[in-house]
Amino acid sequence: MGVGIQVEKLNAWFGKTQALYDIDMTIAANHATAIIGPSGCGKSTFVRCLNRMHETVPEARAAGRVRIGELDVYNGTSAVSIRRRIGMVFQKPNPFPTMSIFDNVAAGLKLNGFHDRKRLAGIVEQSLQLSALWEEVKDSMHKKSGASLSGGQQQRLCIARALAVEPEVLLMDEPCSALDPISTGKIEELIFHLKERFTIVIVTHNMQQASRVAEFTGFFLLGRMIEFDKTEKIFTTPSDKRTEDYITGRFG
Amino acid sequence: MRSRFHQGLDELRARLLRMGGLAEQAVDRACQAYKERDLTRCHLVLEGESQINQAEREIDEFAFDLLAMQQPMAVDLRFILAVTKINSDLERVGDQAVNIAERVMDLVELPKADLPVDIPRMAAAVSAMVRRALESFIEGKAELAQAVLEMDNVVDRMKDDAFITLVKTMNEQPVITRQALDALLVARNLERVADHATNIAEDVIFWVRGADVRHNVEPEEQTQPVQQQAAEPH
Repeated sequence: MGVGIQVEKLNAWFGKTQALYDIDMTIAANHATAIIGPSGCGKSTFVRCLNRMHETVPEARAAGRVRIGELDVYNGTSAVSIRRRIGMVFQKPNPFPTMSIFDNVAAGLKLNGFHDRKRLAGIVEQSLQLSALWEEVKDSMHKKSGASLSGGQQQRLCIARALAVEPEVLLMDEPCSALDPISTGKIEELIFHLKERFTIVIVTHNMQQASRVAEFTGFFLLGRMIEFDKTEKIFTTPSDKRTEDYITGRFG
Repeated sequence: MRSRFHQGLDELRARLLRMGGLAEQAVDRACQAYKERDLTRCHLVLEGESQINQAEREIDEFAFDLLAMQQPMAVDLRFILAVTKINSDLERVGDQAVNIAERVMDLVELPKADLPVDIPRMAAAVSAMVRRALESFIEGKAELAQAVLEMDNVVDRMKDDAFITLVKTMNEQPVITRQALDALLVARNLERVADHATNIAEDVIFWVRGADVRHNVEPEEQTQPVQQQAAEPH
């Protein structure tokens, strides 16, 4: 099951440039939360702070409090153990090109020292089922490489790879921006079902997508969270004029 | 530079205003026709109906295209939804004007009767409601729309008074029953026009404030945002 995320006074910097200012947010377990905002507003930086990916950039740092379930992300927990509990899917599908589809999904588990072949096969199947890819690849997953799949299938493969390590939270950074509408529809349908088991945070430029998949939406601008509310409220009667101006295309 | 979408919204607004002008003119002509037993104005109202119907279809089509092609949100979505509903109300205002004109055409065939009701006064109040409802739309001001809602009760009372008076007249002077009945139906038509003006005002409030005030239900207390950081951006 997914767990809730509590963010308090989260600040982030790239060198001397501050990218996030005092973000407070409560992300509900087993729901999808969308982060929207114009380019450079800090939305990707925000999700990358949740699993400490932000600090992998040279001179980047973050301060504040992030609790994922009982886990204190910035206080005494290793980044590796955090990332094991928080899966991440990126804008561009990035399967390991030389590995088979099966090995792509099993990679995370193998890295963690999991080598029971029978159980591994079971987890791979379950992950491919969850990512709605199983029926399309079950007969070829040992022969075909991950790179041989279409863009949409590759993205679902990356989701299966993230799910295989049984995370509680799934972060998605513009997961459909490189996909056609059919593949986008499949990923959105997938998000709808995955919410039952995981907590999802999705960064998206596509506001229609945010309104379709997320129960809650946060609007970011210039590193600050301007408004956070139920998605239907944000897209019908936002409280802040800056949110309204952004989602109605009057700037951004 | 204005986006094509926002130009489309301006065009939609302009079309609805033209439609509003036609509906307002129809009501004024019908009321004037009643006052002056003027068949010419009655015919103008009847002839104008097809123009209003055509305008209704075109506005709906234009709004439908904007919804389908632009996926509007927030205030723009509320605006387009409000326009489609106001459009429908204006078409019905036109229908009520036709009903009034038809009653007048019937009355003109009958001997003139001195009825103890002031239909022109009621017509003036209703015309003012339609005009102010359209003004609230033009200005985008919920306060103007709110004033229209308050006027509706006045018109309702006028209609109730007219009903009581005219039914009494029918009982006491059966010879002018048809004239009294026509006047009673005109009063009812006017009251319906006032209801449409009220609907238009409610739609303007919905567009401007995002609050649903229909059916005399006070909008719920603004729900508090789940969490809000309203810090000024740098």
